[in-house]
Amino acid sequence: MDSAFDRIAGIIAETSGLPREKITPDSHVIDDLGIDSLDFLDIVFAVDKEFGIKVPVEAWTQEVNAGQAPAGQYFVMKNLAARIEELVAAKKVGA
Amino acid sequence: MRLEYFQMIDRVLAADGESLTAEARVPEASPVFEGHFPGHPLVPGVLLVETMAQASGYLLLRRFGFARMPFLASVKEAKLRSFVGPGASLTVEARLVHEGSGYAVTSGRIEAGGKRVCDAELTLRVLDFPAPELEAAMRAQAERIGLAAAAPAVPA
Repeated sequence: MDSAFDRIAGIIAETSGLPREKITPDSHVIDDLGIDSLDFLDIVFAVDKEFGIKVPVEAWTQEVNAGQAPAGQYFVMKNLAARIEELVAAKKVGA
Repeated sequence: MRLEYFQMIDRVLAADGESLTAEARVPEASPVFEGHFPGHPLVPGVLLVETMAQASGYLLLRRFGFARMPFLASVKEAKLRSFVGPGASLTVEARLVHEGSGYAVTSGRIEAGGKRVCDAELTLRVLDFPAPELEAAMRAQAERIGLAAAAPAVPA
């Protein structure tokens, strides 16, 4: 199976129309890829469905806005993929 | 329906946390029909989409206990299958497809006389109420249409 990064990159390319090769592990979803908030909503919905999780975007955004976490921790692709893998693992443990 | 006031839902027939069914009666006369269209009055398709969005919104308001306000963010696969004219009696359905973090996806559908009129997939952002007046107005609207009193639908 493709890695979480590849699956998320595929979702972003399909949702936003960006060429897949532009999406690298170091791409910042908003600053580098230019994903706007509505496209990001579509991406999160697709990720929720693909991985069977609920990406806690609101909690992440609140942490970033409160200065408790750098935006890159959640919105740089390799970190986003790591967070998704953590959520999937946590769901399996809780299942 | 009071088209010019964007009050699209007249009465909630059934509701639970997952779905809502409501009634909407198109008025015989409205200023909207003067422009859409002269001599051939039709409910504008965008107002049918708005009707599905409002049914979805009430579904989410009930689901979240009026703690937060849903705002329409996107409409996908909207199909307007037949014309709706003055006096039509519509059955509006909204069903929860997915509840995410700060958003929800619903499917909307309107029928007239047992025939499907339109359907769409809707995404709504779910935010804190930006003003207490809005929360009060939504609670009043919900009371008017019987949202709180509506019982879950009986399975067919």
